Formats: sequence, structure tokens, C-alpha cells
Amino acid sequence: MTATPTSGATASPASADPTPAPASAPEPKRSAVRSLLRLWPYVRPVRVRLSAAALVGIVASCLGLAIPLILKWLVDGPVADRDAGGVWLGGALLLGVGVAEAALFGLRRWLVARPLAGVEAAMRADLYGRLQRLPVAFHDRWASGQLLSRATTDLQLLRMFLAFPLTFLLVNTATIVVGCTIMLLQEWTLGLVVLTPLLPLAALCWLFEVRYAVAARRAQDQIGDLTTVVEEAVLGIRVIKGFGRHRSQARAFHAQSDLLLHTELRKARLLAGIWALIMALPEVAVGAALVLGTVQVADGDLSAGTLVAFLSTALALRWPVESLGFLLAMSNEAATATDRFFEVMDTPVPADAAALERETEPERPPATDPAARTAPAAPAAPDGLRLSGVTFRYPDAPPGAPPVLDGVDLHVASGETLALVGGTGSGKTTLTALVPRLHEVTSGRITLDGTDVTTLPRERLRSLVAVAFEEPTLFSATVAENVLMGGADAGARELRRALRVAQAEGFVDALPEGTGTQVGEQGLSLSGGQRQRLALARAVVGTPRFLVMDDPLSALDVRTEAAVEAALREALAGTTALVVAHRPSTVLLADRVALLSGGRITAVGTHRELLRRSPEYAALMTGERGGEQPDGDGADTPGDADGGARTADAATEGSVR
Amino acid sequence: MTTTVDGQAPDGTGDPERAAEPTAATPTAPPAPPETAPADDPFDRDVLPAPPGASRALLGSLLRPHRRRVALAAVLLLVQQAAVQAGPLLVAYAIDRAVPAFRDDGDRGPLVAVAVGYLVCALAAGLLQFAFIRTAARVNQRVLLALRGRIYRHAQALSVDFHDRYTSGRLISRATTDVESLRELLDEGLQELLTISVSVAYICATLLWLDLGLGAAALLSFVPLALLVRNFQVRSMRVYRLRSTAIAAVIVKFAETMNGIRPVQSFRREAANDAAFRELNHRHLRVNGDAILEMARYVVSSRLTANTAVAAVVVWGAYRVADGGLALGVLAAAALYLRRLYDPIDHLGMFLNSLQSAAASLEKIAGLLAQRPSVPEPAEPRGLPARAERGHGREVVFEGVRFTYRTGAEVLAPFDLTLPAGQTVAVVGSTGAGKSTLAKLLARFYDPSAGRVLLDGTDLRDLDTATLRDAVVMVTQEAFLFSGTVAENIAIGRPDASRAEIEGAARAIGAHDFITELPDGYDTDVRKRGGRISAGQRQLVAFARALLADPAVLILDEATSSLDVPGERAVQRAMDTVLRGRTAVVIAHRLSTVDIADRVLVLADGRIVEDGTPAELTAGTGRFADLHRAWRDSLA
Repeated sequence: MTATPTSGATASPASADPTPAPASAPEPKRSAVRSLLRLWPYVRPVRVRLSAAALVGIVASCLGLAIPLILKWLVDGPVADRDAGGVWLGGALLLGVGVAEAALFGLRRWLVARPLAGVEAAMRADLYGRLQRLPVAFHDRWASGQLLSRATTDLQLLRMFLAFPLTFLLVNTATIVVGCTIMLLQEWTLGLVVLTPLLPLAALCWLFEVRYAVAARRAQDQIGDLTTVVEEAVLGIRVIKGFGRHRSQARAFHAQSDLLLHTELRKARLLAGIWALIMALPEVAVGAALVLGTVQVADGDLSAGTLVAFLSTALALRWPVESLGFLLAMSNEAATATDRFFEVMDTPVPADAAALERETEPERPPATDPAARTAPAAPAAPDGLRLSGVTFRYPDAPPGAPPVLDGVDLHVASGETLALVGGTGSGKTTLTALVPRLHEVTSGRITLDGTDVTTLPRERLRSLVAVAFEEPTLFSATVAENVLMGGADAGARELRRALRVAQAEGFVDALPEGTGTQVGEQGLSLSGGQRQRLALARAVVGTPRFLVMDDPLSALDVRTEAAVEAALREALAGTTALVVAHRPSTVLLADRVALLSGGRITAVGTHRELLRRSPEYAALMTGERGGEQPDGDGADTPGDADGGARTADAATEGSVR
Repeated sequence: MTTTVDGQAPDGTGDPERAAEPTAATPTAPPAPPETAPADDPFDRDVLPAPPGASRALLGSLLRPHRRRVALAAVLLLVQQAAVQAGPLLVAYAIDRAVPAFRDDGDRGPLVAVAVGYLVCALAAGLLQFAFIRTAARVNQRVLLALRGRIYRHAQALSVDFHDRYTSGRLISRATTDVESLRELLDEGLQELLTISVSVAYICATLLWLDLGLGAAALLSFVPLALLVRNFQVRSMRVYRLRSTAIAAVIVKFAETMNGIRPVQSFRREAANDAAFRELNHRHLRVNGDAILEMARYVVSSRLTANTAVAAVVVWGAYRVADGGLALGVLAAAALYLRRLYDPIDHLGMFLNSLQSAAASLEKIAGLLAQRPSVPEPAEPRGLPARAERGHGREVVFEGVRFTYRTGAEVLAPFDLTLPAGQTVAVVGSTGAGKSTLAKLLARFYDPSAGRVLLDGTDLRDLDTATLRDAVVMVTQEAFLFSGTVAENIAIGRPDASRAEIEGAARAIGAHDFITELPDGYDTDVRKRGGRISAGQRQLVAFARALLADPAVLILDEATSSLDVPGERAVQRAMDTVLRGRTAVVIAHRLSTVDIADRVLVLADGRIVEDGTPAELTAGTGRFADLHRAWRDSLA
């Protein structure tokens, strides 16, 4: 994974989303509420508990407001009257309300803790399921870091939104209303004085949030860019060291850091401003109320207890008011997270044959594909693998660019092994991805034994076609599990046979726990050649009807390659196979060879025939131009056949990770 | 692949659950190369050993340049809190003094004093808050800048053997997630924590001053509260650790699936993966719920204690007011203060968590910074003798060189080897024979365990980086492209190269054609749409880099593995023309490369077992002859 251009890039959230994502672009008219409403299907199962929690929150918060009233009663009643029993009663009341408040706090949290963790988990499972079924073209466009941050950070943010801002927007609004009523009822003049700054304050908080969100977004983008610089410096360390280029990289790093510093300080300035207002404005109002109240107490219009209660209530209302801005900001962010989540969930899984009607339920992609059973049966007379007029252009290719494959006609007869040869970037790898429908053809058709692959459900298609990629990926599982993934009904016997074919028996048996050894990212790390051989074993373990291999022997040394080839030739006897080959040694595996050039198949024949007939083929296999001696840089003269093969597209293999 | 943490909530709002959230961990990068050290070394764990107190020393060294600002921020905060906490005192003064004075004597003096006092305090609180946040932000952001810079520079300075063992994913997460958790603490937690501490101290002092008894009672209530906090810390740490393990498992599974989406779909793993993921996700769900409930437990118990304390103190105070032992205003002030005193305890739990996670991150960073480069810069660098002419190679001598892992396993047995200037040497042998190590010693990615490597008679260890990298360039299998244009990527070989020189290098290696076919030619951004560049094409770009650098010694470590035959030929031609006369070491498992070599070394188990011209070795009966025969057969 190290050096692929896409995987390393975890740049800024906005710029790294290569899709024309409507949510990532700062659209002025986006409705946060509408975004958040989309969460309803996930919230529905917990709606009762969530509403109960909100209710409990409101009650608890109002109980808190009762405490100043009790204080007032205590001061004006029993204390003034020197009534011991009354003091005890007041104390008991205070204690009771306090205990109730604490209990309700706990109850609120208890009500939502597990259900909301469940919502988070359900959304994550859905996202994962969806992503697994989205086409490879989608994954080519999205850095996996972007997907991961949706599955983790964004979903955590959403859970917290449900647990906190959503509830507290309700609770705090209710508290403010109740508190204001209490204050106005107690002494409306004082009430008005204290309430005066509330409205402007809430408005200022809102205004601030809008500006702050912009700065915060910019800071996030810049952190993303900085991370990209760091990532590249780490992933490309051998290049940097190899060329002694520390200084130019460090310059880029410092430039990015300075930008970030600037933005962060701007954020701090905004934050400092709003906090200054939040601190000062209500205090001034409370001060005014105090002075006014003192005069009224002196005039005997107001009891001391009422003044104390009044001031406590004003104090208690401060947090609910201040928090509105932040709660709204968090909601806004949750809306963004929701958009990011649904950005993935809304990407349609290409309709599967015979499973069309199931796909109308976008939230929950089917875990398995039951349509597999209803697939049309393949005709009896095997026709092998046939590509007719296949054209392919990457969905994200610039409009003017020539297609990668431009009318490929190719027939691999049943039981035959055909090698596919072509210059660097001629589209060989792309072509192999079309057969198991990892990419969809732009036009033309591919048939397996006469059945169009688009009429087969993917599940069925992929059980017919086994593949081995140039970049062998092993999963975190045992050797046996990794290999047996290739065949649904394969057992221990088939496992041994496959390992033998791939010449992997020797090293696998030497592993600490043989075929039970954990490999992959969390297990033992194997060399490139070892991984490639296991991937090969995986491809052949199920004795597939069709096999597609992309340069499957590239990492093997000469001797192993020869041994694998001998075994493979035998194993492929009944299999229709398409093998991408870079070298003569791999070509020998095949019965016939097809030359891919300029997006078309330009020659088909045996290795020897093509060596004779096609100068381009000869050049590819021997590095020399049709048997002539190379003159200077002749092979690279633009416009010759070889150059043409290269030009067809600059794409293909880079997209294969 | 890696994860940045995006979508952070802006700033502290009081949700105690927030800070405790694990930031998305970074799944480890690609499987380590086969030649990695055994399993039980510290590199397998996330935390590298650091001397005791390293975290503290690190923090100190980061803050020291800003001590004046730190002091200023402290003073600002102290004064600001004094202004904030003066409110209830003024209430007490108003009730006990201003009311009687106004009522009985018509004296407005105290009332005016209250008005002016409150106004001044309110404005001061606001202004000082403004000044404090800005001062603190200047310190915080510069500290973070310095820390990021240090990690970055240090990672660059550390030798390749470190990078071979410490996965790139971990290193990146040091510079991102760990710095991020420190940022959270500095930005949100620390300021809040300081404010709480100062306000608690002020309130207690004020209560004690108002009335010794009430103050003492309030202080007493901190005993159970402190126990609760302590208990919560212990329990939460346990459950948070469980939770971060659980989320890490989820992340690994997720990343593995997304990175291997082709095999996943090809081998129809979707359903099986769903099941496995459900299991991991469910485990996280359980422990996530536990963590939230742990917080709920803390909030309930602390709130209960606080409310009980308020009730008790108020009842006691009321009794004393009734007895005449306490002024009514004092009781009012005390009640107001008590509410304020206990307000932040909910949040305290959260800040302690963010403190803990920041401490853990700091420890990891300190461990990284404590690593010393195993390939240090020379104290007194020496120069190289001038090259006879531009384009001339240099002589390389391995003198009694031996290389072992730290664990003692021998990779290269002691050997002597002289590569005359201008010679092209092919190194062949099976995986693990030590070919790459030989190359890395010559590039000084490693230093030999014994002996020395000389370049034109000068020990590599005496050359500064610039001189060394000018003279020796290594092209590896992993042709990494940096973000930027194709031209910029080639120019890494020589940053001051003109466009014509860049294109010349690309032309010489046969990369010109495919580059001009890219959407924007040489100006195509390699990370942007339409910039799909195949593995083979990347290797050609890497070669163009090396050509442009025009070194005296060129090392190719499996650098042609992804090239097809014409590509390989183009490289060979370039070596024969553009790079003629340079000393070259070529490692390849494909024997076609050997054709252009003047000399072949066969390595097996860390020893040079055969050494001679290709013709000699082919004609002989040794390993190379065997290999060569097998290879020739494969071409038939």
C-alpha cells in the first residue's frame, strides 16, 4: 500500500474528497435540519428512550431552578422568623430536590447510553456493508482514510449529537422559558433588566458560530494538508534520504505549519471576543439588577430573599443561554457528519441482475444476495470467455481523454489459457478487472460460456471467476483461511493441492503453526514472493471454471517461477484462463497470446507466431525492435507502434492497489 | 493508509463524554519487510522506551521559550477569576451595607460603590478573559508548532533502519493523533482545568474569609469529592482502555477491507466480513456503553455529594442567621458561592480524562524523540576528492564490513570488497541473502556493525549528508511519488534543474512519451484525477530522478521489478549511455539485468559465494550458472 498515489493522500477533508461531493463543498443553502432529519431511520428504534431522556432532562433542569426558590423561602420565612422547624423543612426540601436532581441526571444518561451506542454501531455496520458492495471505481476515488474517518469520527460525533446537543437544545430552551417566567413573576422590572441582554447575546453567539465554523473548517483543511506533508515525508523517507532532500521537504512543512498557526490564532481571536462578551454582558445586567434590587429592598418593595433567589436564578440561566451557540454549532457539525455519512450511503450500488428490486432500499444493503439461486443457468455447450467490442473509460476520466479500452474483441476458448501482453499502461490490468465486474464496461459485452456477465448476479459471477492480482493482499487470518477463501467447498485436500501448485507448501509448513499461522496486517509478515504464492493458491484452490491472473509470478525468482508454472499448467487443464504477462517466462504458461495495443487486441497467436509476425510483440518480449538492433533510443521514438501502445492511456495499473 | 482526524467539534462545551472519545487510531502501514527484527522488541509496541521524566522534560523544553507569556497568562487568569468571583461578595455587601445605609441614612455611597464595583468587575472579567485566551492561544499554538516541527525533523533525521521497523502508520499517528490529543488538552482542557482550580481556590478562600465555619464546611465536602474523582479516574481508565482496544479492532478490520476491496469482492467475502465486523462492532458497542455509564455513575455520585453539601451548609447557615451568629448577606453570598463551587465538578471528570490521554500521547512522542539516529551526522565532515571529470564514477571499498541486527543475528558475514570506479556490479541471490543490506550500507542507510565503507578513500561516516547524497543515489523498488506535478517529482533529483533538463532525463529513460500523454503533460498533478500512473511508470519517473541527480555511484535495489521488457531495456540503455562511467550496483531478481554488468556477485546466507564476470560465472558450474540456465530456458 505504501506508494500508491491515492492511499497516501489523506489531505484536507474537502480537497481529498474527489467526488463532486455536494456536502463537502461549502454550500450556502444547505439545510442542517434537513440533513439531520435523515438520521430518523436510525433514531426511530430508540425514539421512546430518547424522548424520555429529554423529558427527564427538562424536569431535572427545572428542579435546579427550584433551589433558589427554596432558598428564598428559607431566608424570608423560617430564618427571618427564627423558626427552627422551618429551617429543617427547608433543609430537607433542598436535600430532596438535590437528590432528585442528581438521580434524574443519572436516569437521563442511563436511558440513552446503550441505545445510542447501538445507533452508532448500527450506522457503522450499515456503512461497512455498503462500502463492501460499492464498486471498485468508487474505492479508487476515495482514499480509505476518508472512509475510515466517516466510520469513526463522524459516527462518534453523531452519537454525541443525539446524546447531547439534541437533548439539550430542548432542555435548555425549556429551562430558559421556565427561568424567565419565574423571574418575571417574582419581580418583572428586575426580570426585564436581566433578560435584556439575553436576546442580543444569543444572536451574537450565533453570528460568532457562523464565522468560527469557517475558520475551524479552514484549520481542519490545513491540518489535513499538513498531515499529507508529514505522511509523504514518512512514506517517501527512502527517496528523501536517497537524494538528500530534507531541506526542500522541511520548507514545505514549515510553510504549511505557519499557515495553520495563522488560522489557529485567528480562531483564538474570535473565541476570545465571544468569551469576553459572554463574560461581561450578562454580568453587567446582573449588576444593574442588583443595584435596582437593592434600592427596592431598601424601599421595602422587595424582600432580601427574593433578591437572592432572583440573582441565583439569573446565575443558573447563564449556562443554558451561553450554551445555545455551542449547541447549535455542534448540531451544525453533526449535520456535516450526517452529510458525509450519507454521501457514501447515497452512492448507488450498481443494480445487480435479478436483484434490482432489492436495491430500492438504500439504507440497508442486503447482507447476502439471495438472487444467486435464481440466476439463469449457463448453457450446456461451453463457449469459454468472450469479449465483444468492449470499451472502457474510467468514470472520472476527463471528458476529452481517449478510452482505456476501445473495442476489444477477444475469445478464450473453453479450457484454454490465453496470455495478455501489452506495453506499460496499455490497459491489461483494467481488462482483467472487467471480467469479475470490479469495473463495469462502458460499452460492449463480456460473456462466460455464452452468458452475459451483466445478467449474472455478482455473487454467482464471482464464484465462477477466480482472480489473482499483481499486488497480493492477504487478510488478517490464518494461511488456511486466506487460501480457502477462493473455494466455497474446498477442504483440507484442496488446500494442500493448491499450496503445492503455488509451490507454497515448503514455506507454509515451515511457519510456526503451519497452515494455522496468522498472516496479514496483524499476523506474521511474509515476503512479496510468499504472499504472491498464497494469492495464487487462493485463486486455484476452488478449481474455478474461469481464472483471471494479473502478472501472478512477478515477485518470484527464476527457479520458483519455473516450478510454479509447471504445476500451474497441469492445474489449469480444465480451466479457462486469462493471464496478464510481462515476460516471456509467464507467456509460456499460455496456449495462445493476445497483444493489447492502443486499446484493442491487435494480434492473437502462439508466442512463436507473434514473435515472428508482430514487431511490437517482439519488442515487448525481447526489448528489441522486431529482431533489429536498437539504434540509440529508437524504441522510444514517439509515433511508433510501441509508443502508440503506451499512449492509449496513462491509467490502468495505477488504479490497482 | 492513514487517517486524519477530521470533524472535531469546535471547542469545549461541557459534554463530559467528549474528551474521552478515542481518536481514530491509525492502522499500521504495510507489512514490514521480511528482514524485520524478532517479535519481542519494543518496536512492536506503540510506546518506545524513553528515559523517566522524558514527557515532563519535553513539555518543559517546549514551554521554556514562552515562559514570559506563560507567566502573563497566569497573572491574567488570576486577576480575571478575582473579578469573576467578586460578584457574590458584592451581593453580600449590598444586602448587609447598602440596603441599611440607603434605607436608614439615605446614604447612596455604598450603593454607588456596588454599582461601580459590579460594572468594573464585569468589564474586567470580559477584557481579561479576552486577553487570557489570546495569550494562551499564542503559547499553545507555538508549542504545538514546535512539537510538530520536532517530530517531523526527528523522523527525518532518524535512520532508515528505524523506519524499517517503526511502521509509517505509527509515525504518522505520532505527528497527527497524538499531537491532536495534546492540542485538545491545551485548547480546551487545560484552560478549563486552570479556571476551575483558580475559581475553587478563590471561592474557598472567600468562604473562609466570609465565615470560617462555612468555609471549613465547604472544604470538608472536598474530601468525598476527591475520593469520587480518584475512583472515577481509576475505573474510567480501565474502561477507556478496553474501549480503545475495541475501536482499534474495528478500525483494523475496516481498513483491511477497504484496502483489499478487490479481493474482498472477487472472493465474495462480503457476507463473511459482515459477520466478523458485526462481532467486533458489537464488542465495541458493549464497552462503549460501559464507558458512558461509567461517566453517568460519576456524574450522579458527585452531583449527589455536592447537593447534599449545599443543603447541609445552607441549613447550618440558616440556623446561625436565626441565632444572629451570621449576617443574612453572608448566607446569601455563601449560597451563591456554593452553587458556583460545585458547578464544574461534572466537567472535571472529562478534563482529567483528556489530561490522561494527552499524557499518554506525550509519552509516546517523548519515546519517539528519545530515539537516536543510528546513522549520525559526522562531527567534523570531510570532503571528497574532486571527480576526475563530470560523469566519472568513484571507487567503493568495503573494508572488513560486517552487519548484524541489534539482536545479534548476522546478516552479512565480514567481507572485503572493492568496486573500481566505473564498474557496473550485479548482485544476485535469494530473498534474505543480504543483497539489500549490502546496498543500504553503501547508501549509508545503515552503518556497518564492524568495518567501514569507503568512497574514494573517505569513510562514508565522515561525509555530511549533502556530499554523500550528491555522490551516491539509490533507487528502490517502491517508487514513491510526492504530491505535486510529474516535473516536480523528477526535479527531486536536482531541484535547480531546468525544464529542458527534466525532459531530457525523462526522454533518456523512455518516460517522456507517457508523461506527455497525461492530461497536463509534465504539469499533471500525480494525486489528481486523470493522474493514474502505473507501477511501472512510477519506476520510470524514479529513474528519471536518478538520471537528473547524476551521481558518481548509483544503486538500483530491485528498481526494475515493475517494468516490462522494453522499460527494462530503456533503463539498461540509459545506464549504458547517460550513466556510462558511473559506479553502479544493481540488485535484481531478473537476470536480464546481469547482461549489462561488468561483474556479478552471488550472495547466499550473508556471504559472497561467487564473484566474477557474467561470462565466467555462466560458463562455470556454480549457483549462478544454474540460475542463468533456468532463466535462459524460460526465455526459449
